Amino acid sequence: MSRCFHCHEPLAGSEITARIDGRDEPVCCPGCRAVVELIGASGLADYYRHRTAAAARPAANATEWQAFGAPEVARTFVTGSGNEQSAVLDIDGLHCSACAWLIDRTLRRRSGIVDVSINAATGRGQVRWNADATTLIDILETIARLGYRPAPVAAGEVEERRRHERHLGLKRLMVSAFGMMQVMMFAVADYTARLGGETIDPVMLRYFTLVSLLVATPVLFYAGAPFLASALQSLRARAISMDVPASLALVLAYGASVLNGLRGSGEVYFDSVTMFVFFLTLGRWVQMTVRHRTLDATGALAKQLPTLAHRVCGQGIEDVPLAALTKDDCVLVRAGELVPADGQLLDAAAELNEALLTGESLPVRRQRGDPLTAGTINAGQPLRLKVTATGEQTVLARLAGLLQEAAARKPATARAADRAAAVFLWLVLAGAASTCAAWLWIDPARAFSATLAVLVVACPCAFAIASPAAVSAAIARLARQGLLVTRPEALESLAQVHRFVFDKTGTLTQGRVQLKQTTPLANLDEERCLEIAASLEAASEHPLARAFRTSAPCAVADEVQVLAGLGIEGCVGGKRYRIGRRAWASGSVSLASEDESADATGTLVWLGNGNRALAVFELADPVRREAATAVTALQRLGIDSTLVSGDRAATVAAVASACGIARYMARCSPEEKVRIIRDMETDGLATAMVGDGLNDAPVLGAARVSIAMGAGTVLAQASADMVLIADDLTVLPRSVALARRMLAIARQNLNWAMLYNLSCLPLAACGFIPPWGAALGMSLSSILVILNAARLLPPHQARSAAAETLPPRTEPRYA
Amino acid sequence: MSILFVLVPLSLALVVLGGWAFFWAVGNGQFDELDTASWDVLHEEDESHDA
Repeated sequence: MSRCFHCHEPLAGSEITARIDGRDEPVCCPGCRAVVELIGASGLADYYRHRTAAAARPAANATEWQAFGAPEVARTFVTGSGNEQSAVLDIDGLHCSACAWLIDRTLRRRSGIVDVSINAATGRGQVRWNADATTLIDILETIARLGYRPAPVAAGEVEERRRHERHLGLKRLMVSAFGMMQVMMFAVADYTARLGGETIDPVMLRYFTLVSLLVATPVLFYAGAPFLASALQSLRARAISMDVPASLALVLAYGASVLNGLRGSGEVYFDSVTMFVFFLTLGRWVQMTVRHRTLDATGALAKQLPTLAHRVCGQGIEDVPLAALTKDDCVLVRAGELVPADGQLLDAAAELNEALLTGESLPVRRQRGDPLTAGTINAGQPLRLKVTATGEQTVLARLAGLLQEAAARKPATARAADRAAAVFLWLVLAGAASTCAAWLWIDPARAFSATLAVLVVACPCAFAIASPAAVSAAIARLARQGLLVTRPEALESLAQVHRFVFDKTGTLTQGRVQLKQTTPLANLDEERCLEIAASLEAASEHPLARAFRTSAPCAVADEVQVLAGLGIEGCVGGKRYRIGRRAWASGSVSLASEDESADATGTLVWLGNGNRALAVFELADPVRREAATAVTALQRLGIDSTLVSGDRAATVAAVASACGIARYMARCSPEEKVRIIRDMETDGLATAMVGDGLNDAPVLGAARVSIAMGAGTVLAQASADMVLIADDLTVLPRSVALARRMLAIARQNLNWAMLYNLSCLPLAACGFIPPWGAALGMSLSSILVILNAARLLPPHQARSAAAETLPPRTEPRYA
Repeated sequence: MSILFVLVPLSLALVVLGGWAFFWAVGNGQFDELDTASWDVLHEEDESHDA
């Protein structure tokens, strides 16, 4: 089956083509065609040559951007002085760096744009423009025409802080690197001379020393400031952290060097100091970039809300941005639209798709006065609600915040490591003190350098980078494979899992209901039945309705009535038809329950005219092609798979056998799912849970590792440990294998770091290692650790382990 | 060798200049997003196409 040139969705009979680069390429819908031709006309066809993922299908409905022109709205999003204004946009549909390039290029060609900076990894972009030449609305429209969904955001605090941290980290790294190189230049001159048995002209030596002092000072007090501050803090708290011995060594070495340098005689250690600071800063920077990879849950959530809401006021309905909504506003939500804020239902009844919260895509009925949640979809007639909470105060935002906090708790292994580190550090200080005392007794001249060497050698710098470097490299590799890790600590757990628990719909199945079989029961033939069904279902946003959609245009039925729990009734060709539940559509009072159908493993939908059944349609959600392969691969890694689902036994059994999963449990409520996972975990074996409706915090917390499907609900993705971005289950066994390798390499690193420290400590105490040798050794062992971790990277990726890679992202579908 | 008395301050001045340029680049957001620029190199400007 061929696919759309632009978005790679199946063509499904579409005959539309788009012209680009002198060729005619098949596309699935007019929206895709418009985008392809726009890209071609702008001369940016290179986008298709260089992109690494399919584009998003453009939305069918155009959004009105005019509401963003209002001054009070603009003030929330737009900053800037005088003529130049800037705004931060969150752009949905960015799938790879070529997309970012495409938007960047297209925007720059417009007059008035000063600067564009789009980051495909975070989906955020910043645009600066000249207010005289263009406006925010123009920019939003331009991006929307390319098929992306932009939304201005008030720049979040977390992002600002992270950006600032990154900038500071880079500056400090560079200052220490430059400083180290400069000081080493002078030091090498001295060492070379000594090796040759000569000495440098004392005037020159003094000169070099003073210049080294000048360079080393900013290195220590600017780049080294975090360590000194942290050490001071822990000393004041009467605790001891890794920074204490390091800072002690630095301060002692620097102080002694300054004294000796000014005095004009004695050893100076500026080279050791700067080298030490550089590698400490490098380690800290690697740790920071690993930390920054965690997804911002509230950011992911904001993407799920609409940009505009329809506020009902005295004069009628006006479109306002979400930020302008306040409590007690009356808002209209049309059929198929997202509910923009928490509120109370004002109409008598409504049907809502609450998949965002529960994962269940079948609509739920709500009565007047019932609470509605932001982010859910109106699956029935247009409804009105009274706003009770917006933005950060919504239930959803608070839930996401709680989950984020829960995730920030340190895993057990990290806490054990912290305790062990404290003990080690006290030993180090004790060792240094005794070295000092011993040497003062034996030969006071060597006491200082020996103590310094002990302090430097004992610094667990390589030890500190050992794990983060491996984790960082593994995360980069996994992102390229299609698994986005939002909690790095979960990688270690992934390496240790013995069991995988799969959800059914959307995880093992494609999550898309398709028409499997049509059985006419009366005198109408199959084609006519399908036509009638399509006309009736065209009016519905119900997930089952989508199975009837074909690309061929069909007339929407007249006098359509959507009856909750029963089906759709309407007029086609002058005759009334009903499609939905058997009893209602066919008028039969058959005692057979809907559930019983010997071989039907899908959902049955009946077409009738109220008195007679005319046809029955079987809808099924096909199993993913690679599911069976993935399960076998997991088995080869020694991992058992289980299927747990809330669906009927017949369906679940069919899917389980199609995937090769031996154990399955059907008809499970969310509470039962939690209980099942908890039972599994009691025998000590780690379990990983894979699903897309994983919205209950208890289910997530129950499993050691939680993986959300990339096309699943946003809340699941925000609260899971990892997100499977690639549409391919075989990524899972490969990821487990990689996680195991990562663990092995992290252990190698830790062992090496410990071996180095323990073996060099006695040597340093005995005075065999000069301070510069200790600094060099520590630096080399850090480099070794990083290089070892780099083995985890994909073969052609020569960039450092901390570089960001760009996973393709799919939009969440509801089905 | 006395030329070093001139050369060393000169090299330090260069380092300071480089450092200042780097600080400016970081503050200007040059290092925030490194991928779009790399695609630009691969793109051939076609004179016949205009926005």
